[in-house]
Amino acid sequence: MPTRKTMGQNLFEKVWDAHAVRSLTNGQTQLLIGTHLIHEVTSPQAFGMLRDLGLKVKYPSRTFATVDHIVPTDQRVEPFSDPLADAMIRELRKNTDEFGVTYFDLATGKQGIVHVVGPEQGITQPGTTIACGDSHTATHGAFGAIAFGIGTTQVRDVLATQTIALGKLKVRRINVEGALSPGVYAKDVIMHIIAKLGAKGGIGYAYEYGGSLLESFSMEERMTVCNMSIEGGARCGYVNPDDKTFEYLRGRPYSPDGVDWDNAVEGWRSIASDDDCNYDDIVNIRAEEIAPTVTWGVSPDQAFSINGILPDPGTAASEAERLSIDEALDYMQLEPGAAIKGTKVDVAFLGSCTNGRLSDFREVAKYIKGHKVAAGVMAIAVPGSQIVDVLARKEGLHEVFIEAGFEWRGAGCSMCLAMNPDKLVGDQLCASSSNRNFKGRQGSPSGRTVLMSPVMVAAAAVSGVISDAREVFQVEQAST
Amino acid sequence: MPLERIAQVSGSAVYVPGNDIDTDRIIPARFMKCVTFDGLGEYLFHDVRKNEEGIDRDHPLNDVRFSGASILITNANFGCGSSREHAPQALYRFGFRAVIAESFADIFFGNCTTLGMPCAVAAAGDVSALAAAVEETPAAPITIDVEGRRVSGAGLDFSVNIPPAAHDALISGQWDPIAELQEGNAAVADRISELGYLAQGQ
Ligand code: SF4
Repeated sequence: MPTRKTMGQNLFEKVWDAHAVRSLTNGQTQLLIGTHLIHEVTSPQAFGMLRDLGLKVKYPSRTFATVDHIVPTDQRVEPFSDPLADAMIRELRKNTDEFGVTYFDLATGKQGIVHVVGPEQGITQPGTTIACGDSHTATHGAFGAIAFGIGTTQVRDVLATQTIALGKLKVRRINVEGALSPGVYAKDVIMHIIAKLGAKGGIGYAYEYGGSLLESFSMEERMTVCNMSIEGGARCGYVNPDDKTFEYLRGRPYSPDGVDWDNAVEGWRSIASDDDCNYDDIVNIRAEEIAPTVTWGVSPDQAFSINGILPDPGTAASEAERLSIDEALDYMQLEPGAAIKGTKVDVAFLGSCTNGRLSDFREVAKYIKGHKVAAGVMAIAVPGSQIVDVLARKEGLHEVFIEAGFEWRGAGCSMCLAMNPDKLVGDQLCASSSNRNFKGRQGSPSGRTVLMSPVMVAAAAVSGVISDAREVFQVEQAST
Repeated sequence: MPLERIAQVSGSAVYVPGNDIDTDRIIPARFMKCVTFDGLGEYLFHDVRKNEEGIDRDHPLNDVRFSGASILITNANFGCGSSREHAPQALYRFGFRAVIAESFADIFFGNCTTLGMPCAVAAAGDVSALAAAVEETPAAPITIDVEGRRVSGAGLDFSVNIPPAAHDALISGQWDPIAELQEGNAAVADRISELGYLAQGQ
């Protein structure tokens, strides 16, 4: 009798098993966190707790810090004009110094948004567990890592023990097959997925993104997709590592080298999901269905095609849905049944951990040459890291942006959540390449955010209204 | 150091209606410029409680009938968005000791549990009935029996879901996992030496 072949495992299960230290009394798992990333907003209280408990950082070489949320992007001279922001950067310096943690400070030339810095430095690697006190940690999943956002008390737990207590997640495979039409980007893919599965759809799941489209994507495109997993409710999202992943990592400062490199690649290859593995759920999407996507409301799943018609609360399927449509349209000052195209834009923001990488600026630069930001629109381009800034400048991209009327800023989170001086004022409407359109997200309690791809942000900036970038920039459509 | 067992939470309640109330709403980012959590309670729901001049708006938390409430009632996907622990900390420091909602975002739920603030998941119908009852008799004491997974008070009595891990952690006084995690130190060191990428750096 032939022995029954054991079922394969998916990447999540393999990485989980490799890092599960033991079961805790409440049934959760003590999970080893291989790599810990910290920033100035969610770590000071954790270091405070550590001191209160009289504990040390157990494995200081496994924690990496940078400063991103509160740094000004224009005037970067210290002390910062905001004394609270200044206190935060000094606190991080003090903590990393006292506990011996590597810190990519402003002066290192390696500072940037934590989710841009990790991959850039080669700290983000396949088959690892990564935690950060930041919900967009899933970005690192693009490399086939299991990367979680954690709370500050868990940041303390990682500092003190290199572990957290966590319940195992289910895994949903999301296949996107086919090719995108011109003018449609990775950002549209993830926004489409969230609109389809809902902002709560991923609760309890890790999302495994795959299919021919994801395979064809660059690492930066994969990062954009994984980045917004949390907007779909999934605590982490990942793509199986492949040759592109390894090529991206080769030669980076923290990547293994020499014989270690070959061993690492072999290990990384084996961590990918097996062909015969199991998933708790599978969703199939055709790439051709995806249009340039924009949000129209105050939750990331309130999104549709740029040519969509705003929903009518009157025809909502349920009372709860009616209320949320009503609330969203009211806040956004939009009318049911109208188009969103043509809505006046006050600010255009290019940047964030979703879309603040070199490829994003390169792509936009291709289109804005010869265009000018419309009168009355404030447009800023904020590189995700100092390295992105330097690389972009080397190619002269900053000049293209400045020529078109954008401000080219220093690296940081900037207007993604406006903890620095970059903020919306009053009810300004912002065309934004970031990831959240919550009420008040961009610094003004009545500020309005419309999420979209970087090229769509550029189209809004130059036309002064929310537009279809394919029309503004005359993007050739493949004939069918 | 054993923590307090949280087998039940009692107190008056307040209903803050809404689905998908995100952590930016609970505590706007600009109030996170702090290096301790002290004082966050003051800014709880700031932008929906105050207008741009800082004057109180119509909001349940500004309603004197509900002052002193220690149980928050709300709808689906409460606490979605950012992982900031500032959100549960702001709730806790405002005076809340438990939340009843139709559902919670994962990270927020975990953060609350680690603070010893139970999150109970109730059916939509039970949430609206409780909200109505509390509106009727704002001072009515409400009890969340964490151990028995029931909510009672204001003439109602219904079951709620508290997932096993949180349930056990709360009632056994192990909602802050640090002590138990430290017990695993030796096992952690072993695992680190087995994992190639971690062994190298040590
Ligand atoms: S860019 Fe935005 S989402 Fe990303 S880490 Fe910074 S604040 Fe968070």
